[in-house]
Amino acid sequence: MSEDASETFRTEVRTWLEENCPHEMRDGASGEDAIVWGGRNWKFTSDAQKLWLDRMADKGWTVPNWPVEYGGAGLDRAHHKILIEEMREIGARVPLQSFGIWMLGPALLAFGSHEQKLQYLPPIARGEVRWCQGYSEPGAGSDLASVQTKADSDGDHYIVNGQKIWTSYADKADCIFALVRTDRDAPKHLGITFLLIDMETPGVTTKPIRLISGKSPFCETFFDDVRVPKANVVGTENRGWDVAKHLLTHEREMISGGGQGLLGGRALGAILSAQENGLSDPVLRTEAMACEIDALAVALTLERYKDQAESGGGVGDASAMLKYAGTELNKRRHELMMSAGGADALTWDGKHDGLASDWLRTKANSIEGGTSEVMLSIISRRVLGLPA
Amino acid sequence: MSTLLLTEDETMLQDAARGFLDGAAPVSHLRKLRDTGQTHDAKLWAEMAQMGWTGVLVPEAAGGSDMGHAAACVLAGELGKTLVTSPFISTAVIAATALRQVATDRARDALASIAAGDVIYGLAVDEGHKHDPEGAQLAARAEGNGFRLSGTKGFVVDGGNADRLLVLAKTDAGLTLFDLPADREGITRTGQNMVDARDAATVQFDNVQATGDDVLGAVDDAMTVLRPALEAGQAALSAEMLGLSAGAFAMTVGYLKERKQFGVEIGRFQALQHRAAHLWSETEITLSAVRHAGRKLDEDPANATLAVSLAKARATQTAKLAVIEGVQMHGGIGMTDDFDMGFFMKRARVATEWLGDYGYHAAKVAAARGF
Ligand SMILES: Cc1cc2nc3c(=O)[nH]c(=O)nc-3n(C[C@H](O)[C@H](O)[C@H](O)COP(=O)(O)OP(=O)(O)OC[C@H]3O[C@@H](n4cnc5c(N)ncnc54)[C@H](O)[C@@H]3O)c2cc1C
Ligand SMILES: Cc1cc2nc3c(=O)[nH]c(=O)nc-3n(C[C@H](O)[C@H](O)[C@H](O)COP(=O)(O)OP(=O)(O)OC[C@H]3O[C@@H](n4cnc5c(N)ncnc54)[C@H](O)[C@@H]3O)c2cc1C
Repeated sequence: MSEDASETFRTEVRTWLEENCPHEMRDGASGEDAIVWGGRNWKFTSDAQKLWLDRMADKGWTVPNWPVEYGGAGLDRAHHKILIEEMREIGARVPLQSFGIWMLGPALLAFGSHEQKLQYLPPIARGEVRWCQGYSEPGAGSDLASVQTKADSDGDHYIVNGQKIWTSYADKADCIFALVRTDRDAPKHLGITFLLIDMETPGVTTKPIRLISGKSPFCETFFDDVRVPKANVVGTENRGWDVAKHLLTHEREMISGGGQGLLGGRALGAILSAQENGLSDPVLRTEAMACEIDALAVALTLERYKDQAESGGGVGDASAMLKYAGTELNKRRHELMMSAGGADALTWDGKHDGLASDWLRTKANSIEGGTSEVMLSIISRRVLGLPA
Repeated sequence: MSTLLLTEDETMLQDAARGFLDGAAPVSHLRKLRDTGQTHDAKLWAEMAQMGWTGVLVPEAAGGSDMGHAAACVLAGELGKTLVTSPFISTAVIAATALRQVATDRARDALASIAAGDVIYGLAVDEGHKHDPEGAQLAARAEGNGFRLSGTKGFVVDGGNADRLLVLAKTDAGLTLFDLPADREGITRTGQNMVDARDAATVQFDNVQATGDDVLGAVDDAMTVLRPALEAGQAALSAEMLGLSAGAFAMTVGYLKERKQFGVEIGRFQALQHRAAHLWSETEITLSAVRHAGRKLDEDPANATLAVSLAKARATQTAKLAVIEGVQMHGGIGMTDDFDMGFFMKRARVATEWLGDYGYHAAKVAAARGF
């Protein structure tokens, strides 16, 4: 993109945002109350919130880099960056976030049929359908390819039976993308199918699980003789592992993104300056400095890999590194914030509202989407070529 | 700002540099110099000049290739991978950047000499055991039209082989940078017996005469010229350290695949796999910081301090980890002088101290980030 073209686009974006972003949506808020996950049963907290989502969706800017025909705006990274910068400039809230945008969308774009893309992507982009992720099972966590939830053939349907666990927001989602076993005799990676299931189908039930952070965003999900059309297979039957892995690289990139999405970021600087007399403890100050150095370098690394993906180089297995580094850093940062807050940070509410809960939640970052140990093993085998 | 990916030109430069250095200066080259008590290879330096490397930061008008700081970092990185002994950073990066800040005929001639490979520079800034340019005490006393310099500089990298020295001295109302021939009367240089087997000298100034012509930039205002030069050097040194880390890491991963114990390659043990994977991650993250520093110096040099200190801070930590793990994962053989890993460890230590260690640069990052 030429300098001129980029300036023209920037001006267009700025003008449009000025005219269309409701003032209530310009507070830069990204807390629980500000997030829109969308879905059939979504309750907007204000008219402005809905208006903002609708306007952004009309522009294709809830998923700026998706093709126009599937609800996006077809922006390349340079344009996308400008949009993000201009939104930040006025403190515009992210209009919509969802597992559909982060995970299912990219997988469908890569593996879905044209019909599936037309059917599923625009409702994700508009925030009309909310998805959850049905990967993990009680016996299949890190060893994800051991999933046992089975889908038996019955004409042009499958009958699904089994249990998923740790399914984030399963009780709030409209649909689930699930890994199911369609061949019990094949080697474990070669008998898995990637299946889309409507949560309203008879036989699907959910049961919330409470987290150490006091919240209960995830569930056990049960499938009891659930009939699912075979047309809902993404990719090929028994080849779901390829789709699953592709999706995981996107999930990892998203989780590694520090400060966005699942990580729930708080800037270290904010809390440090909230301390009464600055950072008087020299040990804490040193640790904060070191953390800041690593955070800046990790942020640059995310940029570099995005540049690489955009230039066609792909990120591939390096997403494991981004996930490992980003999540370990986020945990470290929250430990420091708790130290800086001292006794003030030990209550569920009060001066550092929600910090304790965030701190506890970050402990999941290095577990969800594949644990740190699994990430290191992926790097060791696939990047460094060490023997398994 | 440009992306953090290498441009086509930079990739070509990198490939050409690697190809040349693998033949002309593998680690065994450093070993040979050390074993014969030498710290410089004039033929190698001349070849580097011929390929345009010494002129990487010299304007085309002065005979340079003017490829920029990112390109200089590419070269420094390749030099680092095989621990190439050369005055590249002191001369082609630091001195060239300092001279570019000054628009005199003398400076232009000096730049032309650098591009041609005709001169070696040493940077005489530090006096104590830590990098501290602002703390320079060496005095330049005004006398007639000129100055008299007295005092001692230490850890002057490439100071033994240098033809000229950039000397930071205290003047009446501030610090002043001098550009002096290393053999001027009253200058005594003593080689230091460095652990990395490279050139560093203690330089004594005994009532050394200097004229206004010898001042680089303005009297009492060294930092206008010196700060960009130091930052350029720090960025290139970060790149060298990252190259060194990559060189050590490649040896280590190679060894993990080849060495057998308990009947299998030791690279099968998860205890080692995860540490190697962690080390690789650290290397990748530092690479981004180093690339960023080069780009920032090219595109926004007045505001590059944070980027440069971030790169040097990260590079020191990564290099330390790479050489410590490098020795450890090699077991006993890693401790032997016959094996190259020790060279990497010793160079990493020296490069860590030169131009500011982790603490020095971490403090700069902290200041820039406002805590
Ligand atoms: C907050 C949260 C949200 C989640 N959301 C979802 C969701 O929406 N959908 C979904 O499907 N799943 C979700 N998960 C599940 C998550 O993906 C799993 O928890 C994760 O994959 C780890 O599996 P596990 O819990 O069974 O742990 P295990 O696999 O039993 O691991 C236990 C420990 O052993 C280690 N370990 C395991 N194997 C190895 C090995 N080979 N080498 C070395 N160490 C090993 C692990 O690293 C870990 O430290 C969520 C989890 C959390 C915490
Ligand atoms: C200064 C020095 C003095 C010594 N003095 C003596 C002496 O007086 N007498 C004597 O007999 N020996 C001596 N040794 C040898 C020393 O005991 C061996 O070097 C040591 O046992 C390691 O063996 P190795 O060098 O073959 O390394 P390796 O066994 O090849 O190990 C290489 C790397 O692989 C790791 N590794 C190996 N197996 C595993 C595993 N199963 N799981 C995880 N990691 C693994 C090691 O920890 C190491 O990091 C000395 C060594 C040194 C350096």
